Amino acid sequence: MSQADLTMEAQTTDLTIGPAFSFPTKKLAIWLFIIADTMTFAACLVAYGFLRNGTPDWPRPFHSITNVALMTFILLSSSLTMLIGLRSAKAGDKAGAFRWTMITAALGIVFALLHVREWLALINEGMTLFKNPWGTGLFGASFFSITGLHLTHVTCGVIALLVVGVRYQGGRYNADDIEILGLYWHFVDLVWMFVVPLVYLLNLAH
Amino acid sequence: MHDMSTHAVQHHAPPTSFIRKHVFSLDHKVIGKQYYALALIAALAGMGLSWLMRIHLGWTNAAIPGLQLLSKNGAPGGVMTPEYYLQLMTMHGTIMVFFVLTTAPFAAFGNFFLPIQVGAEDMPFPHFNMMSFWVTFVAFVVLMASFFVGDGPTLGGWTQYAPLNAVGAVAGPGQGLGVVLWATSIALFCVGQLLGALNFIPTTLDLRVKGMSLMRLPLSAWAWFITSCMGLTAFAVLMPACILVILDHVAGTSFFVPSNTVINDQLLPHSGGSTLLWQHLFWFFGHPEVYIAIVPGIGIVSHILVTNMRRPMLSHRVLIYSMGALAVLSYMVYGHHMFVSGMNPISSLAFSFPTLVITIPSTIVVLIWVFSLYGSKLRINSASLFALGFISMFVSGGVSGFFLAQPSIDIMLHATYFVVGHFHMVMGVAAMFGIFGGTYFWFPKMAGRMMNETLGKIHFWLSFVGTYCIFMPFHYLGMAGNVRRYSTFVDDFLQPLIPLHRFITVAALLTGAAQLIFVYNLIHSRFWGKLAPDNPWDATSLEWSTATPPPFDNFGGQHPVVYHDPYQYGVQSSTGDYVMQASPEQVKTEHEEK
Repeated sequence: MSQADLTMEAQTTDLTIGPAFSFPTKKLAIWLFIIADTMTFAACLVAYGFLRNGTPDWPRPFHSITNVALMTFILLSSSLTMLIGLRSAKAGDKAGAFRWTMITAALGIVFALLHVREWLALINEGMTLFKNPWGTGLFGASFFSITGLHLTHVTCGVIALLVVGVRYQGGRYNADDIEILGLYWHFVDLVWMFVVPLVYLLNLAH
Repeated sequence: MHDMSTHAVQHHAPPTSFIRKHVFSLDHKVIGKQYYALALIAALAGMGLSWLMRIHLGWTNAAIPGLQLLSKNGAPGGVMTPEYYLQLMTMHGTIMVFFVLTTAPFAAFGNFFLPIQVGAEDMPFPHFNMMSFWVTFVAFVVLMASFFVGDGPTLGGWTQYAPLNAVGAVAGPGQGLGVVLWATSIALFCVGQLLGALNFIPTTLDLRVKGMSLMRLPLSAWAWFITSCMGLTAFAVLMPACILVILDHVAGTSFFVPSNTVINDQLLPHSGGSTLLWQHLFWFFGHPEVYIAIVPGIGIVSHILVTNMRRPMLSHRVLIYSMGALAVLSYMVYGHHMFVSGMNPISSLAFSFPTLVITIPSTIVVLIWVFSLYGSKLRINSASLFALGFISMFVSGGVSGFFLAQPSIDIMLHATYFVVGHFHMVMGVAAMFGIFGGTYFWFPKMAGRMMNETLGKIHFWLSFVGTYCIFMPFHYLGMAGNVRRYSTFVDDFLQPLIPLHRFITVAALLTGAAQLIFVYNLIHSRFWGKLAPDNPWDATSLEWSTATPPPFDNFGGQHPVVYHDPYQYGVQSSTGDYVMQASPEQVKTEHEEK
């Protein structure tokens, strides 16, 4: 671009160059957060794979996929309700957007409760961070750390959904904020899609 | 999109209360200065530790008066125990790498100047920015606290190798609570730097003023941008690694402790973990960290050199691409820290190759500097001297990297002073010289007063000569088989090297003392220096277009417009031999940055 073009533009248009990718800075920031968080989850999952490959007596204690399938179904559905909420918000349907955001939060809570129930069942069977009845203690350590990290993300997401939903209804937040929160929520969902095969399905009993 | 783009930018009013102005400030300039002050305190602490270590290495049984006050068990009667030597070494490394080399060139200068160089009023998320500093500050306090609790700080080295980092107090003083504090501190530090990166990247991409295309960004802005991209991905890996270490300590897990580990005649209850896993996680962060420390220096030095050469770099673009290549490659070479760790030898070869490749962009950067300098009439001042010193250190320290990149040679040299000399020159002192250069160059804008040039030049020559006296002999020591991490040298083959160690110790004490000239210059100039004009170096980039010191919103209620590529020197204009980026004046022979 020649200097003259720029001078012309400077006179005719707004004085800041504006966002590089024609979306809001907040959205860029959440993408950057997702990149960093991806690295964090990747580090944990790679560490898990590294330890699992190096351990001959790695236990395979899961007998049924019913619970994890139900949890997955609920989390996937919550991504769908998040999308419906965003579509309502973009269409200007404030009541609908609020309702679907709250439904998403409710599904998140159900997921978390099912997860906690599963944890309690495993703890009752004698699994802790450092030992379990089936094999190396690393199984409990990596299972609880990875699913715990994910559960932390779900919990934070539920809190964020409630806060953003209420503030959206109060007029402080707009459809962009719902979209940005949605990106985070879908990311949490996507991570679960890696956790399920690696942590659950690989450890199903033969 | 316009309404959304301005949404995140906080058009905050200037604060009036003392707390909001100087303590919990949202202003990127104040946060930059806070980072600088933190780095300065950390650097002095780290330097003090290196003095103590050097004295002990030169005169092993000599009592250091007063040391027993710092640690009764670590230095009974002022004589350092081997364990205490290692504790000091660990703290020296941790303080210097994290709290000096990362905070000063990147967080301090970057915070102050990145928004101004792109023409922004502030970072897009000032609250995150404030949290970034204060989390880093807490991290520093937590780290320093380990000197004063339990049996002192950890002795595991700044790399905190497993299993020592995970087995607890049985491994020696500081391996219980000391490690937990270390890991907590570093995890917090990671959070601080992640928050910083979340601000730096959008600042560069979204907040540029009209006319500031990416290629019109000064080289320093490019360096901070590239560094923040590295920080975003590297610190996100170190943080969970530190948390796993903490879990090994407090929750009974064994991520990093293998089965049947016996330490100090005690069979540990842990089982199943892997020591190599820690090294993979740590060095995946650790090698990019080396470039997080040095790339801002490359940018700062380029910025200083161009200004003082009065003509552009041979190639603006290639310099930027080279910095980008360094960043990308830095993730692929980390295994070269692990040649002697018991990795599969094929992995060693796989990591050796990119390690040799990464020397190519480094060499290109140096060649661009050297050929740009060739025949230029460089203005000699403290800033440009330190920029030249940076190049010297970067080359002298970098050349030994060629040798260390070969697994066959590295196996011999890895545990010796050769490696210590290598990384101190190429990463430690080079980055320090970048910090010094940046300070002499930007101090007028940051503090509103000029620094004393005579003292600056004395500081440079003492530091330059002193650094070579300290670290060049390290290479010789390494080749002579002098192992590192030892607190005393009692073996027959090491005894003849002790006079050289004494020489290094004297050089280190004197060079360290020379840094007090810098501290004096800094403090004296801050209060009593000559008042600085807006543009003391006849420079072109946006930070020199605004008042000195810059007003709260950086440009006094308006956005500058950028009309030129960043380094229009050696042209004929009304101001002399340069045209500022924000000047609408048209000149005949404008350089297109190539």
